Amino acid sequence: MAPRPPDRGAFGRALGALVPAVPFLWLTFFFLIPFVIVFKIALSEPATAQPPYRPVFDLSLGLEALSEAFSQLSFYNFSLLLEDSLYFSSFISSLRIAAVSTALLLAIGFPIAYAMAKAPERWRPTLLMLVILPFWTSFLIRVYAWIGILKPEGLLSALLINLGLIGEPLQIMNTDRAVFIGIVYSYLPFMVLPLYATLEKFDYTLLEAAEDLGCPPLRAFWRITVPLAMPGILAGCLLCFIPVVGEFVIPDLLGGSETLMIGRTLWSEFFSNRDWPLASAVAVVLLVLLVGPIVAYRDIEARRWEKAK
Amino acid sequence: MSMAVDGRRRGSLAIGAVRRDFAPWADPAATPFIRFERVTKRYGDVVAVADLSLDIFEREFFCLLGPSGCGKTTLMRMLAGFEAASEGRIVLAGQDLSGVPPYRRPVNMMFQSYALFPHMSVERNIAFGLEQDRLPKAEIAERVVEMLRLVQLEPFARRRPAQLSGGQRQRVALARALAKRPKVLLLDEPLGALDKKLREETQFELMDLQVKLGMTFLVVTHDQEEAMTMADRIAVMDHGRIVQVATPGEIYEQPASRYVAEFIGDVNILEGKVSEAGEGRCTLAVADAPAPVSIAGVAEPLEPGREVALALRPEKLVLTHEAPPAGTPNVFAGTVWDIGYLGDWTIYLVRLASGRTLRVSRANATRFVERPLSWDDEVFVHFAPEAGVVLTR
Repeated sequence: MAPRPPDRGAFGRALGALVPAVPFLWLTFFFLIPFVIVFKIALSEPATAQPPYRPVFDLSLGLEALSEAFSQLSFYNFSLLLEDSLYFSSFISSLRIAAVSTALLLAIGFPIAYAMAKAPERWRPTLLMLVILPFWTSFLIRVYAWIGILKPEGLLSALLINLGLIGEPLQIMNTDRAVFIGIVYSYLPFMVLPLYATLEKFDYTLLEAAEDLGCPPLRAFWRITVPLAMPGILAGCLLCFIPVVGEFVIPDLLGGSETLMIGRTLWSEFFSNRDWPLASAVAVVLLVLLVGPIVAYRDIEARRWEKAK
Repeated sequence: MSMAVDGRRRGSLAIGAVRRDFAPWADPAATPFIRFERVTKRYGDVVAVADLSLDIFEREFFCLLGPSGCGKTTLMRMLAGFEAASEGRIVLAGQDLSGVPPYRRPVNMMFQSYALFPHMSVERNIAFGLEQDRLPKAEIAERVVEMLRLVQLEPFARRRPAQLSGGQRQRVALARALAKRPKVLLLDEPLGALDKKLREETQFELMDLQVKLGMTFLVVTHDQEEAMTMADRIAVMDHGRIVQVATPGEIYEQPASRYVAEFIGDVNILEGKVSEAGEGRCTLAVADAPAPVSIAGVAEPLEPGREVALALRPEKLVLTHEAPPAGTPNVFAGTVWDIGYLGDWTIYLVRLASGRTLRVSRANATRFVERPLSWDDEVFVHFAPEAGVVLTR
């Protein structure tokens, strides 16, 4: 006979039911409700008032007024996003910058993660620590520090001029190149860590087996290492791509006026134009665009599991 | 040829299980297939393989046997190309392998962990090596089917390694290594991960396969039983050196040193001194024996006064209640100290007057015994002069 679980009492049972509810409650309060609010603002129209949009739902005015307010909501702002090419090109530019950055991050992060995973075991905690170390300093301060390095009279130009490698100061600051440098620097740990987690578990005798069967090392890398590291590669790319699309601080501080990114557009709609409804519409579209790749990733993972079974 | 089959044949007597008409190592005209020529491998200050020379012949089933850390795996990995020799060279079928990368060597290895590609199905694993040679698709498919049939895994062709049992995975690894028809198949602890029953079956399958394919097999193992069962010849290794290369029978019955005698099977080792030596025979003064011990079939010349060890296998000792008839050589008296009943065999530990314990084993050839031995029984142990082996090292 199986032993009966000890009776935990009514309180214990309630607690047991509550624990799985925690993530749902968290997501409801900090994701779903704010999203509904933002979505509602996106359906409103701007107004010179406090708050700067109409209609405002006010329960104290009664049901009549509430349904009246409901009828005033419209998708006007979304159609505005389609009409004005600024938004479309901001989205495209953001996706382009995010795609290029992610490719750069993968190209730089993979060798780092590979070297870390191949390092002697006693060094690995230290190497891991070094990757995480930048997080000890505020993200904002680190991006500011790059201004000091990249500006024409900054450290990098001074160094290269003193070494005699260039004659004139570099014009990197306030260009897309500065944005790429800032993004690659800031997001590298998010690429390295998931890659390292996968590569550390990788069985390197598989590469010996491949070589033994007549496969040169480079081909073995593509046929064995890359497919088996794919979960880490996908996780790292998503962890970088998604936040980079919405990145605001880096293009604002390091980029020039021609660096078009959706985060910046959103910011200027919100603070400069005080057009909260349009800014909210931009935010909703951005969210929907980014949910796409996440769902695709989950699908791939689910199919992989199905296959493994 | 029959005389050459066994270098240590005496008259019409032979030792061990003899594979007739196959003993290229005893033929001075035969050319070795694999030659390790004074190979040394150092890792920093550690010498893994020390100035080792070894010849292996075509179609031979050869075992490298030794405890972990004896250098056997390093030796195999040097042949596969994963390690480079610090000194010396390895020649395979007349070709010096120095500087040849693993992917260009005509050898294939079955890894101890099997190292199957987890993201590929069984058939894709087997096809992998063939694809590297860019064989036509139809030929690859044909060879894969042939290999699957060979290891009886046809129904599992589409499965992933994770969906197979340990024994099935072992077969996939074997099929993958055999698919390219290598000149030499290297097997690193091939049966180590299998349970006892499966291991025994697989031993015989591997032997059949090797004869059928006419391939040269080189096996690394720490399991003496595995080596004894499968190998044509065994090289016993210790600290990066080979201490003896011989057939399983010779290794067991004519060990070259105390190390070999103790590593393979059970043995009683008694210290003694040569008191008289003649052609193939000698007399030893052994402290534990009441009278001088006479030994026949001595392999090397001995001079009186030499300190030697006497190796006695437990199954070659005769255990009796009654004193053997007068004139029987090499008799010891003692009491039964302990008994271990194993079913097929019974092990008796007999304590001698000197305080020394001898291990004696007896086959349980009949189901009923008239007068069974019991604890504390006064008994006699004797052995024939041919039963003992004199060891000088």
